[in-house]
Amino acid sequence: MIDFTAIPPEVEAALASRRSFLKGAGLLVVTLSPAAAQAGPYPDPNFRQLDSWIVIHQNNTATFYVGKTDCGQGTGTAFRQMMADELDIAFDKTSIIMGSTDTTVDQGGSGGSDAIQADGWPMRRVAAEARRVLLQLASQRWSLPPDQLTVRDAVISAPTDPSKRLTYGELIGGKRFNVTLAGNNVNATTGVAKLKPVQEFKYVGQSPQRYDIPAKVDGSLKWAVDVKLPGMVHARNIKPPVAGAKLVSIDESSVRNLPGFVKVVSKGNYVAVVCEREEQAINAARRLKVNWEKPASAPFPASEDLFTFMRAAQPTSRSQPTVVGDVTTSLAGAAKVIEAEYDVPFQGHTAFGPAHAMADPSNGQLTIYSNDMKSYGMRNGVAAFLKIPRDQVRVVWMEGPQGFGRTAADDAGFEAAFLAKELNRPVRVQWMRDEETAWDTKGPAFTFKLRGGLDAQGNLVAFDYLAQAADYNHVGYNEADSVLIAQLMGIRRTPARGGGDEPDEMYSIPHRRMASEVVSLPLIWETPLRTGNLRDPNGPQVTFASESFIDELAAAAKADPVAFRLALLNAGTGDDSGFKRARSIACIKAAAQAYGWDPRPSPKRVSKGDILTGRGVAYSFRSQTVAAEIAEVEVNGKTGHVWVKRLVCAHDCGLVINPEGTRRTLEGAMLHSLSRALHEEVTFDTEKVTSVDWVTHPSLTHADTPAQIDIVLVNGDPNPNRPDLPHYGAGETACKPLLAAVANAIFDATGVRLRRVPFRDQRVLAALKAAGI
Amino acid sequence: MSKVTLKVNGQSHTVDIEPSTPLLYILRNDLGLQGPRFGCGLGQCGACTVIINGNAVRSCVLPASAAKGEVTTLEGLAQNGKLHPLQQAWIDEQVPACGFCQNGQILTAKVLLDKNPHPTDAQIRTGMASTLCRCMTYYRIQAAIKRVAKGAA
Ligand code: FES
Ligand code: FES
Repeated sequence: MIDFTAIPPEVEAALASRRSFLKGAGLLVVTLSPAAAQAGPYPDPNFRQLDSWIVIHQNNTATFYVGKTDCGQGTGTAFRQMMADELDIAFDKTSIIMGSTDTTVDQGGSGGSDAIQADGWPMRRVAAEARRVLLQLASQRWSLPPDQLTVRDAVISAPTDPSKRLTYGELIGGKRFNVTLAGNNVNATTGVAKLKPVQEFKYVGQSPQRYDIPAKVDGSLKWAVDVKLPGMVHARNIKPPVAGAKLVSIDESSVRNLPGFVKVVSKGNYVAVVCEREEQAINAARRLKVNWEKPASAPFPASEDLFTFMRAAQPTSRSQPTVVGDVTTSLAGAAKVIEAEYDVPFQGHTAFGPAHAMADPSNGQLTIYSNDMKSYGMRNGVAAFLKIPRDQVRVVWMEGPQGFGRTAADDAGFEAAFLAKELNRPVRVQWMRDEETAWDTKGPAFTFKLRGGLDAQGNLVAFDYLAQAADYNHVGYNEADSVLIAQLMGIRRTPARGGGDEPDEMYSIPHRRMASEVVSLPLIWETPLRTGNLRDPNGPQVTFASESFIDELAAAAKADPVAFRLALLNAGTGDDSGFKRARSIACIKAAAQAYGWDPRPSPKRVSKGDILTGRGVAYSFRSQTVAAEIAEVEVNGKTGHVWVKRLVCAHDCGLVINPEGTRRTLEGAMLHSLSRALHEEVTFDTEKVTSVDWVTHPSLTHADTPAQIDIVLVNGDPNPNRPDLPHYGAGETACKPLLAAVANAIFDATGVRLRRVPFRDQRVLAALKAAGI
Repeated sequence: MSKVTLKVNGQSHTVDIEPSTPLLYILRNDLGLQGPRFGCGLGQCGACTVIINGNAVRSCVLPASAAKGEVTTLEGLAQNGKLHPLQQAWIDEQVPACGFCQNGQILTAKVLLDKNPHPTDAQIRTGMASTLCRCMTYYRIQAAIKRVAKGAA
């Protein structure tokens, strides 16, 4: 049986001792009563104090404290590598604490693939500063200038005097540095120490195993879903059966006599039922009779009418188009003009485990145990939502199912906090699968219209791009006025925001216009089709259209798709410094080489038998990171089934911290996009979302897995050996080109162009039939 | 409510519950186990997998009163402090991303290999097909399974 204690006590003790340490209470203390451990307030750790980032222990080990969260891509391990190198301590003598608002500085949690690219820099600088301070302490103790001392594995020595040897632990173990740092914001945090040239790194560039994996395979990790507290209760939500419906009345008598019943809580259109046990809450939520009033008009068109609706809709906003040359005149004079339209439906985050959180209102404070990737945002959002001072709320970040942006709009954390305050008891909230799949935040649907012009020699001279995104009122930053519970309570954020997007490549095209528009569905608030940050969040859709279209142009020019792209990159007209272009060329060439690409135009000439094979390429930037991908497909002409047999990714994210970790991240990113290419689509009728589980919103499975995946880590920097080689992000770029690479491969195999995602068997078969294949 | 006796990882437990309660909630909330987790509650994903009588069983749809036989969870896989070869292979291949699905992956793979120690690639794909991973670690899972299958006598 479970012994109910304030759980996890080891977490509590560590957090409390950490807080008292940060307050300036000298040595680390680890023996505190649970009550003292929980007691707030919880002020922000000061990022301008070195002690907020690094603690050296008496046993000559170090703990790093960073305000990031690791969503399963091994960023915690990468941070340790970077900080261990700058501090000059063995990697395995370090540990790291991440993302809990009262004990780590606010670096925003995770998002935007910025962990290594942006947040890694202050981490490196503070570690370098700690090394400098330690050297100075030793130099004072020995009356020797610091430049006569050396450090190796956290031991300082004086080569001129072998008797002199001090460990970091002996110098400062368990004590505060009391060193003030500079910097206008957390990303700019710095001491005065210089960073190491990358050539001197020992751990960066190696692949130490991830420290978090053993506890994930032996069942010992305590996840956010595992937190249990004395007196806790379980809550389940009741969602409106029709999007936009109004709550009329609740018949509490329908559940009052059920075992374990505690309370029905409702405010506005938000309804939850609370019971002593989890299965009781699930049962009560199913049985609760609620009277809803349907909205006067349909909240959205049915999913099969979505793209027609979007194309006819009046845009709610338009971007300032990117214009080069004169696309209209150039198209009018082109030898050949190609036009195409592409569609990408709404796709769900559909996290593997549904939204969940535990909130504890003890001691007049609020503690939320959560897997929120943006734990700091949730702390701020919950404080504003419940109108309590920020330092009375803390979020203890714990591991959870990947979010890829879902927990950046972390509805369950807000709900648990609200219910805990209402009941004055610890409340655990978890969504059900149908609720999560129907009501999570969605990746925006897109329609595209593209036109391109070729001259008589087959050169691309004009490129006209228009995107429409169903992205009005995009959420995703844990604001108090945008999470679903706030919307259901009638809180309205104005103005709404959303955006379209443009392709991110380095092609030299003399005449180009790129524009995007946002369109709105009829229901803006309280909708299961609200959009959020689904891994990128627009790149996979945009790159599907733009890189499919480049392939159509290459085919029209009867050019090899790789050669056609390289020609566009080598043509030196217009564009940038050459830096991004050089790296684009390096990646496309590396991918083609790794694949063994034989140059020829698409489609392939001979197609025999039931199984048709082909290959396709696509490439994209995201921020400073570039990826070129090649997919090899087998299309079953009888069933329409597509199997991507092989994937190649050539990827340049600058300095690679952990090559094996990066490879796995890129594999996962490509397969996530493969799932979006082949399977994923949110379906709905004119009242509600009808894709509600893994059957109706299917996902990639083991059966779809490619037989071979090759990753090439490229350093295409024009000056590849520079000592300050930057490190860029790797979380999302590889998601972008994959859909187009697959569509291009299907075209190569069959001569049939698929312009609508996903490529489910029936759709592919219908397209093959229509083409007489 | 009534008393239900369960044998889990070699230990007997008697709990006083509504007998139709899915086994998953008893394992997690009464016995404090963390291996089996809720993913769908519909038998579709595999997050809640346990092993009963040599079969991979989805505890989210199994009434506790129907759990006849010894239940093994992820926590019960290691023997005498030594990880099961599959768990070790999961570390060697660095399989997990977030790791939330890996309970179901490891236990399903164990049952697969117990029944067929040398599966073909196609048998691995089919045998694992209904155990989902949203971090898409499939390629590495399959590599880890092959690693163990190769090493098996
Ligand atoms: S939680 Fe049991 S199969 Fe998904
Ligand atoms: S590792 Fe995250 S769901 Fe499988």
